[in-house]
Amino acid sequence: MSHLAAAAGQGFLSPTGVEIAFLLVGIATLGAAVVTVTTKQLVHAALWLVVALGGLAVEYLLLTAEFIAWVQVLIYVGSVVVLLLFGLMLTRAPIGRSPDADSGNRWAALTVAVAAAAALVWVVVDAFRTTWIDLDGPVQGSTKVSGEILFQHWVLPFEALSVLLLAALVGAIVLSRKSDSDSAKDKEQR
Amino acid sequence: MNDVLDVVLRLVIVFAVFMVLPLVVGQTEHKVMAHMQGRLGPMYAGGFHGWAQLVADGVKFAQKEDIVPANADRRIFQLAPAVALLPYLLVLVAIPIGPSEGAVGQVVDAGIFFVLAVMGVGVLGSLMAGWASANKFSLLGGLRTAAQLLAYELPMLLAAASVAMAAGTVSLPGILNAFEWWWLPWQIVGAIVFFVAGLAELQRPPFDMPVADSEIIFGAYTEYTGLRFALFLLAEYAGIVVLCGLTTVLFLGGWHGPWGADGLGWVWTLLKTAILAFGIIWLRVTYPRLREDQLQKLAWTVLIPLALAQIALTGIVKVAIQ
Repeated sequence: MSHLAAAAGQGFLSPTGVEIAFLLVGIATLGAAVVTVTTKQLVHAALWLVVALGGLAVEYLLLTAEFIAWVQVLIYVGSVVVLLLFGLMLTRAPIGRSPDADSGNRWAALTVAVAAAAALVWVVVDAFRTTWIDLDGPVQGSTKVSGEILFQHWVLPFEALSVLLLAALVGAIVLSRKSDSDSAKDKEQR
Repeated sequence: MNDVLDVVLRLVIVFAVFMVLPLVVGQTEHKVMAHMQGRLGPMYAGGFHGWAQLVADGVKFAQKEDIVPANADRRIFQLAPAVALLPYLLVLVAIPIGPSEGAVGQVVDAGIFFVLAVMGVGVLGSLMAGWASANKFSLLGGLRTAAQLLAYELPMLLAAASVAMAAGTVSLPGILNAFEWWWLPWQIVGAIVFFVAGLAELQRPPFDMPVADSEIIFGAYTEYTGLRFALFLLAEYAGIVVLCGLTTVLFLGGWHGPWGADGLGWVWTLLKTAILAFGIIWLRVTYPRLREDQLQKLAWTVLIPLALAQIALTGIVKVAIQ
């Protein structure tokens, strides 16, 4: 991980080992993501999503963002995918192909996906084209540095986001509850 | 070259620990259960005290035919035991057993996050097995596994967060370096919550609803035979080792002891881990199984509030002593 050092003469034509690894993992991640949305086997899609999310975590690691990488694994692989699989087990998701696992919106979805990807790639490339990670100072992305940046410089957006998430949480509870008359009937039946 | 040798040596040692300790726990379970329940079966093989029982079990598993059900999703079915077992091997790398630099496989900066994240991945193996077996008992087992994980992941994280707050770091060796003896009473509620939630994540009795043999045969592992089944069992014992080791490191002070912490730190770690593992076995032969709704209720209405209270207490004390 120590070859990404910030030297003045960094070029694209003489890639280091880390950069090659980054590219290869990126290709694998992209492949897994494409299979996720194209496979006709629902549970396989969820499992390919695990590969894609895990690949992303490896990319974070290669960019020295260790804390984010583990949180990615903890939240997405450990919880979101488990929730997905739990939901899939409640459906009729068969072993083998689902004949109706297709959507008429596929072209619209593809357009949105390509547009979003293009915008993100353009913005990221434009912003970080000449930025190299400095490995001599405190490691960027370590827990300590992330915490200090988050709670010193970005504390207001952080709090705003947490309030937003709390609102979404409360909203989900409200939406998933039955109306009072329904629940009253339910209780009578019990 | 020296660095490479160092890394290889550490990995070999971690792998050896991974191969040996779960089997020791398994053997202990045989013997302890045999004594506690007056079972005669495990006391014959090999002569003295049935010492060869585990070897016999291994030979039995290796001899069995490896069957994949005709309707099963072959590749996922075959991959599931590896997904269940490997995360525990990765976790062991980060658990420190002694005070020196050399007593941990690899110092991970965000250690708590690493171990909890990777432990959570192991459950995917059970879910894959439950779905891919094409068996309704397996599917029910998988469902229960998922519901149990979702319920108990949160209190476990909150309890671990409390220790991280107390120590001011999320690195496992860092937490041990900051440990003082009075953390034991201070963090005792968090320790109990962590241990109970971990027990539930391992699906050990009394939280073994996902593999309840009287209801759904053996849950997600019903269709497995031979070595693949043995791998699932090994994952369970490796899970016990990891959970006890983590509880020791986070809450019981790891290599700290009344005396001899300099040279004998690893003995303290292993001793505390062994006592906790014995406790887990003891629980198995003592308590009946919790019902599914009781399981969920325990997590959401008891453990999570307790964990939150522990975090509040940790915060108050932390501010007070500064």
